[in-house]
Amino acid sequence: MSRERPLSPHLQIYRPTLTMTMSIVHRITGMGLYFGTAILAWWLTAAASGPNAYAVFESFLGSFLGRLILFGYTWALIHHLLGGIRHLIWDAGYGFGPHEREWLARASIVGSVGLTILLWAIGLLVVGSAR
Amino acid sequence: MKPEGFHIRTPLARVRGLGAAHAGTRHFWQQRLTSVAGIILTVGFFFVVGSVLGRNHAAVVQILGSPLVAIVTLLFIINSVYHMWLGMQMIIEDYVHDDLRKLITLMANTFFSIAVAFVAIYAILKLSFGV
Repeated sequence: MSRERPLSPHLQIYRPTLTMTMSIVHRITGMGLYFGTAILAWWLTAAASGPNAYAVFESFLGSFLGRLILFGYTWALIHHLLGGIRHLIWDAGYGFGPHEREWLARASIVGSVGLTILLWAIGLLVVGSAR
Repeated sequence: MKPEGFHIRTPLARVRGLGAAHAGTRHFWQQRLTSVAGIILTVGFFFVVGSVLGRNHAAVVQILGSPLVAIVTLLFIINSVYHMWLGMQMIIEDYVHDDLRKLITLMANTFFSIAVAFVAIYAILKLSFGV
């Protein structure tokens, strides 16, 4: 016979906060990067295989979906990197205060979005220039 | 009165124990070690990507096969794959509770990580030494 047992309160009882969201986003970006490494392996294999294989890869990356994935991958990588620095600061014993942790979270978001846009702007300028 | 540095466990028990997983803080430490290395190597990898942007296949092959670029890319891949293998293991252990599913997903994690690493490393070595 099964009976309803009292359960201790879990995450859903708390009002969502920015640091909570950042915690799960760190895991989600990590998982995205995990599967994204397959694209990295494909890129290198295509380059090693020859011009035809490389053309297939380039056509994928040049498509709207390919660009979208690459843009997402860039942001995920930078966000995960900045989030990782945040975790290293915590590991060292700093940044736990209510003001500090909020500031770190906001800085990570602004930094990751800003750096992603900056890198893509540089990248598009390089591609746009005569090489 | 307790002597200075008194512990209830003997030094031998503390050294032998290493916790429930019998690995001590190895997983935690290696995750941090690869995250610090990852910060530096990611910056290096962005330069690698920047150097091949907009170039044709022949130029990409030449650049990726040059020693410095190949070494940075190899280090980036080995470090990233080890980091992501550790990270995915942690995610699986946190969310997959059924024993059989846990074993299968942990195995799949290792298979995927080794496959991605091997494919990417082989491609770089071929670009560096192969014909």
